[in-house]
Amino acid sequence: MKNNYIVQAWLVLLLAVFYGGALAGVQLTLSPKILENKINETRQQVPGLVLGADRADEPIEMESTTLALEKNGRQVFYDVYKAMQNGEPAGWVIKSSGQGYADKIELLVGVNPDLSAITGLFILNQKETPGLGNKIIEDDWRNQFVAKKTDKSLAVVKTGARAGNEIDAITGATISSRAVCTIINSTLNDVKGQLSTVD
Amino acid sequence: MSTEPTPMERFLQGIIPENPVYRQLLGLCPTLAVTGSMQSAMTMAGAVLFVLFCANVMISLIRNILKPHLRIVIFTLTIATFVTIVDRFLAAYMYNMSKALGPYIPLIIVNCIIICRCEVCASKQSVFHAGADAIGQSLGFALALGSIAAVREILGAGSFFGLPVLPDVWPDWVIMALPPGAFFTFGLLLGLVNWFTANRAKKEKNS
Repeated sequence: MKNNYIVQAWLVLLLAVFYGGALAGVQLTLSPKILENKINETRQQVPGLVLGADRADEPIEMESTTLALEKNGRQVFYDVYKAMQNGEPAGWVIKSSGQGYADKIELLVGVNPDLSAITGLFILNQKETPGLGNKIIEDDWRNQFVAKKTDKSLAVVKTGARAGNEIDAITGATISSRAVCTIINSTLNDVKGQLSTVD
Repeated sequence: MSTEPTPMERFLQGIIPENPVYRQLLGLCPTLAVTGSMQSAMTMAGAVLFVLFCANVMISLIRNILKPHLRIVIFTLTIATFVTIVDRFLAAYMYNMSKALGPYIPLIIVNCIIICRCEVCASKQSVFHAGADAIGQSLGFALALGSIAAVREILGAGSFFGLPVLPDVWPDWVIMALPPGAFFTFGLLLGLVNWFTANRAKKEKNS
């Protein structure tokens, strides 16, 4: 009996169960608060994303909805924020996510009311390589997306983006750059033609 | 070792004589990564204090029933649990700081300072020794992070704890906020500490 692995590991197993229970408790207690923080963060970004960074302080009304649609036989969900200013539609902010280089990238993309151009981009969550891929959160890089037309898909180029739909890759982080563009492209493709019906 | 260190000795040793960063060269990943500003450095130091204290006390309580060949598994399990608690806590109550520190909070799990203290002190000595040791080592760690972060934040952003301290004409040395700045600052401060130690040893020898 002494040499039985399970018998030897009784303390490891017991502690694992005990710690697991404790962590479940912590998670249950704190997760509503964490979720609230995330929602607040998203809502704070909406004005800047539809009106532009310099008008981010202006008051705005927003309505949030969840858009469910069928894609390749699977259900896809998008959290959509409809922004209104003085009773006029000001734009949309769509929350989306997709695979990055290291882990899932979660982002918000702002578009104008008729979905013809991008008005802003914000990265909510990412775990890309520090110093390279995580530059996707920087203003300089994200600002390239502002005013891009949505009729053509965004394309990543290594240097000197010229054409209207081109985005400069971050040096040393082409995959992260491409991931962000791919997420935006597929999101916009999915929601086009759907959003006017959201009321 | 003929006599084991007392709790007081454990506590004092951790601050300067056995400083985890400058003397043992442990925990260098957070030392280099989060010292861009005083706020993030002190949050990291606080998180390490909590994890190290809880892990040391826990390991010390169960030290007599630890199986030698399974001890590292138990250390890691214990550390990971407390790190997850800190991570969730920061996400709930200090959301912006949690985002700024990003992966470096979960990375405390592999911070060698903690596993080293569990091995060296907590698995051999009483709870009081382990607790005092954890506080001493954490203060040493905080001191090291604070010294590097102070230099980097003042030179790199002209501020201290987010408050401006240098006149506006100061051209912020952006490199100090970037990874190379961490290496320069750490290297120079480490050299300074070694120089002082060597000098003091020489004086003691002469007298």
